[in-house]
Amino acid sequence: MTHAVTSSQFKDNARAALSDHDLQGALKFVEVNFIARRREVADRLPEFDALRDAARDIKNHTLAHLDLYLEAYETRVTAAGGHVHYAVTAEDARQIVLGICRKFGAKTVTKGKSMIGEEIAINDFLQANDITPVETDLGEYIIQIRNEPPSHIIAPAVHLTKAQVEADFRRVHTHLPADRNLVESTTLLAEARGVLREKFLTADVGITGANFLIAETGTSIIVTNEGNGDLTQTLPKAHIVLASIEKLVPTLEDLSQLLRVLARSATGQEMSVYATLSTGPRRADDPDGPGEYHVVMLDGGRSSMLGSDFQDMLRCIRCGACMNHCPVYHAVGGHAYGWVYPGPMGAVLTPSLIGIDKAGHLPNASTFCGRCEEVCPVRIPLPRMMRAWREREFERHLSPATMRAGLKFWSFFARRPRLYALATNLAARLLALFGRQRGRFASLPLASGWTRHRDFPSPEGATFQAQWKARRRP
Amino acid sequence: MAEPLGRRVGLFVTCLVDLIRPSVAFAAVKLMEDAGCTVEVPRQSCCGQPAFNSGDRATTRDIAEQVIDTFSQYDFVVAPSGSCAGMLKTHYPELFHGDPNWMPRVAAFCAKTHELVSFLVDVLGVGRVEVRCDRTVTYHDSCSGLRELGVRAQPRRLLAGVQGLTVKEMVDADVCCGFGGTFCVKYPDISNAIVGKKAANIAASGADMLVAGDLGCLMNMAGKLQREGRTIEVRHVAEVLAGMTDVPGIGMPDKAEATP
Repeated sequence: MTHAVTSSQFKDNARAALSDHDLQGALKFVEVNFIARRREVADRLPEFDALRDAARDIKNHTLAHLDLYLEAYETRVTAAGGHVHYAVTAEDARQIVLGICRKFGAKTVTKGKSMIGEEIAINDFLQANDITPVETDLGEYIIQIRNEPPSHIIAPAVHLTKAQVEADFRRVHTHLPADRNLVESTTLLAEARGVLREKFLTADVGITGANFLIAETGTSIIVTNEGNGDLTQTLPKAHIVLASIEKLVPTLEDLSQLLRVLARSATGQEMSVYATLSTGPRRADDPDGPGEYHVVMLDGGRSSMLGSDFQDMLRCIRCGACMNHCPVYHAVGGHAYGWVYPGPMGAVLTPSLIGIDKAGHLPNASTFCGRCEEVCPVRIPLPRMMRAWREREFERHLSPATMRAGLKFWSFFARRPRLYALATNLAARLLALFGRQRGRFASLPLASGWTRHRDFPSPEGATFQAQWKARRRP
Repeated sequence: MAEPLGRRVGLFVTCLVDLIRPSVAFAAVKLMEDAGCTVEVPRQSCCGQPAFNSGDRATTRDIAEQVIDTFSQYDFVVAPSGSCAGMLKTHYPELFHGDPNWMPRVAAFCAKTHELVSFLVDVLGVGRVEVRCDRTVTYHDSCSGLRELGVRAQPRRLLAGVQGLTVKEMVDADVCCGFGGTFCVKYPDISNAIVGKKAANIAASGADMLVAGDLGCLMNMAGKLQREGRTIEVRHVAEVLAGMTDVPGIGMPDKAEATP
């Protein structure tokens, strides 16, 4: 299941998404539920905004001293009997994972949810190497059996309706009675649990992501609502943590602050149901746990964001609040963005990781309404960074030629107010001549982007500046 | 004759108001004159936002220098738009970051620059306008005014004081209308989906008039409502507050008999 990067076809993706009836129905859930839940839980906590400031400061501090915390973290992991592997590229990360799987002769690998896993396309790679990856998070499991990428960073199957999931389960779980009841969400969940339980017991290696890495103790932490991560990481012979360098936080105390904003921002919960901390492999007197513990630390382009206009993006704790509140995401869903990370955070992060030449649409496809920044738990100035990407595009002449020509034409006048006043007054009067009686235009040359979907109001007559000058001579 | 001290306002007309709907600027002038200001209109073009949001920083900076120069002589700079005022007040400093020659001038410019309705309420202390408008209106919060400048309570407060006027809030009044400047022509289909939801919320409010503080958003919403054949009148909030609702609404025919 190779998922090609289609970010450059954003417009076509978006058009398809807008006419996808099921998708449009499913997206209403995001718009209505996520927003209301977050608001409710945020309103209940008087110190929520102060916690957001603290979360921002913790991440900023960590990024400013990332080298020190990386070293401290590695030392602690090693002391606990674990291994830290640094992967500069996605390919490096894949080879490291494969090496560990081969060491254990792995045939089946269970997987907790991991966006780094998506970023390095680990499932495709394992499959190509005769290792079967089994997603154990319900949403990830659903999209795995559909051979789709996630459409949301915390709710990977949010683009689907319940009826679609039911149809997929009936298609894939052919060993179960055909007349079973799958109408309720609970029966769907129970069926997935039943199917996955067997996989947990046969897996040789378990792979999870990490929400945070704690330098003080060498601990990785995952938060889930299904508990699947716990089984994924404790039952097999080895536990591989897929992480990236910006997941680090200094201390457990810092972690607890971040967890307080994470769940509230993400799902509108005060705390996720499970918060699982892992430090090294099973010790002699532990009742369970993996025999080996490996952390694969991906750079993947992140270190070059340090010290750049995009460093603040490394604060991101992957809560999804930005996309939950984004009118563009609400309209087109996550797949339209064409790679791993959708929504406003994806619009900033994707160009950093795969290149602005491939992802140019993403930072442009924003109204700059600012709602993403308003809800971001670590106060990332997302619109400002999208604009910074537009500046890079402009400097590198990557923006469309028609846009550049239009801008040049406009700026010629905008820089010359006297000429501008003459030209606009002429244009306004001309347009008013044709449009004033009806009040608006149903179509206009050079403005089909506007008039395809809406009328364009006619100017009232002469420009204000011309009228003002005529009325009041100073 | 001496000016009333410190009430000399340079009106930043905004390019859309200048071109499409001068009525908004006349309403803004009336509101500020009624509140004791002297309003002047120096020759001007645009705040530079189209260039800024297209990544053309050099052009934006040139325009910003020109605007700051043009308005240096006034006590206040006021724009009937949260978007343009937001550009002048919150984004201009980004263009001059690290430039010690310009920064003091930019800071002074930003400090005296305001969006119209927040200027009336927060700076001039206007609590009520003496006008009548027997209509039911719904108010859309334009994004930049709301999130960059905190314009939310001020227009509602003034609208509530208009005689005969009822405000009916729409669902998601604070959600983007899908205009987004060049966004609406770069991504027309997405913009259309967003404004479609907005139009439905406006219609469902039961109001017979839509008002907002930004002409770009208003043109977008009016254009969509009218394309859908809805008859809700659309106006800039300044027109209602100034009692200047005798001119046709945005996109409406000049003559009554020409109604489509």
